Amino acid sequence: MIEIIDVRKSFGQQEVLKGISTVFESGQCNLIIGRSGSGKTVFLKCIVGLYTPDSGSISFDGRDVIGMDRKSKQDLRKEIGMLFQGNALFDSMTVFENVQFPLDMLSYMSLEEKRERVAFCLKRVNLTGAEKKYPAEISGGMMKRVGIARAIVMNPKYLFCDEPNSGLDPKTAILIDDLIKEITVEYNMTTIVNTHDMNSVMGIGDKVVYLSNGLKSWEGSKNEIMNTENEDLYDFIFASDFLKGLQKAATGRK
Amino acid sequence: MKLFSEIGRFVMMILSLFTKPERFSMYWKETMRQMVNIGIGSLIIVGIVSTFVGGVTAVQFSNQIMGLELIPMWWLGYIVRDSMILELAPTITGLLLAGKIGSNISSELGSMRISEQIDALEIMGVNTPAYLIGPKVIAGIFVMPILVTIAVALGIFGGGMAGVVGHYYSAQEYMRGNQDMFVPRFAYIMLFKAAVFGFIICSVSAFYGYNVKGGALAIGEASTKSVVNSCILIIIANFIIASLLLS
Repeated sequence: MIEIIDVRKSFGQQEVLKGISTVFESGQCNLIIGRSGSGKTVFLKCIVGLYTPDSGSISFDGRDVIGMDRKSKQDLRKEIGMLFQGNALFDSMTVFENVQFPLDMLSYMSLEEKRERVAFCLKRVNLTGAEKKYPAEISGGMMKRVGIARAIVMNPKYLFCDEPNSGLDPKTAILIDDLIKEITVEYNMTTIVNTHDMNSVMGIGDKVVYLSNGLKSWEGSKNEIMNTENEDLYDFIFASDFLKGLQKAATGRK
Repeated sequence: MKLFSEIGRFVMMILSLFTKPERFSMYWKETMRQMVNIGIGSLIIVGIVSTFVGGVTAVQFSNQIMGLELIPMWWLGYIVRDSMILELAPTITGLLLAGKIGSNISSELGSMRISEQIDALEIMGVNTPAYLIGPKVIAGIFVMPILVTIAVALGIFGGGMAGVVGHYYSAQEYMRGNQDMFVPRFAYIMLFKAAVFGFIICSVSAFYGYNVKGGALAIGEASTKSVVNSCILIIIANFIIASLLLS
């Protein structure tokens, strides 16, 4: 479980996060949604510790990360896996080496054990056969799957995904979403996904937090989101007139 | 004020390199890779430049002292050797590599920063300055003296070839000059200078690359800054070392 209390973050004069509090439960896919510039990525980076919040507290199963010393932070990070928006794969390494890297750097496994673990993770994300390819030689969807394999190779307790569907076609995006959901349930991870894709929300969102202008504007489940009374969220979900028309026709909403 | 802030951040970065490696074998592997990149990758350019610098030094000095009864021509061997050891090989190799290696390091780290690869390493729990910058700095400190020694050898060879082919002196005269009045301390100063220059090139360029913020334009700016500042620091360090160790 990740508990966030009144997190604030500013860059110079610009206050990006204006006091956000929420709880993300384990074994669930928690989605952070919002328009571009709403503070989603900054919020996610504050949670994983890439940015230090100006105030507030963030605790991972009772461990407050903000006051943590470097050593404890590094230990906690071994329990974290992250899928980046641009994948952040190491260009000079093959797919296999990319996935093996965290094990080489941080585990005490034998070479044979490492190879078995990498092969298992690549099989789990359906990437068997692409081991020797370099990131530049594979498609966007495959890169995402390599990113997921690398994120789960250390068997993390917490999984973070920043815009996992960006740049993917709708079908591949659904496959990636399903993979994230399956892995979350399979390993009972606390997963937080940053997205503005409503397909993801309806597909995998156990809990949804909507950010608007650096504030938590709404939170609830995917079942509640369609009937929201929050006008801002309603506008975000039904961004096009076409979708708004369909919604109004279906619900009789004016 | 900005200068002091940059110096402070640079010192903090250097201090952060002194931490226990997460896995020593990975750091060792990375250091060896950097040594090959910096050393083998720079051999050809260093070889060509130093051979011609030695040749030019020999030809120019020959023309200046030719006909002067007081200075025998075999002194050219001595002049070329000491010029290469004390000044030309370390400084020219340093400036050359500030351009070649410095821009390479800053753009490599800058690209890693922008493509979030450094963030990915941070999330894994890797001490990124120690892993990404440390091996480069160590490689620079150890490889640079080797490159400069090779540059001296090739510079002396170039001086000999230019003088003999240009009929300024015979090979025997040149060899005599090479072997005469050798001061071992000069060679130690050369090695020390080279190590300092190696540190400057790798640490300064890594500093600018690691702290890139923005996009492709920022990488270009970081690359330019790293080359310019490395060159300035090399020239200043050269003067300080020469003043302190030769006086």
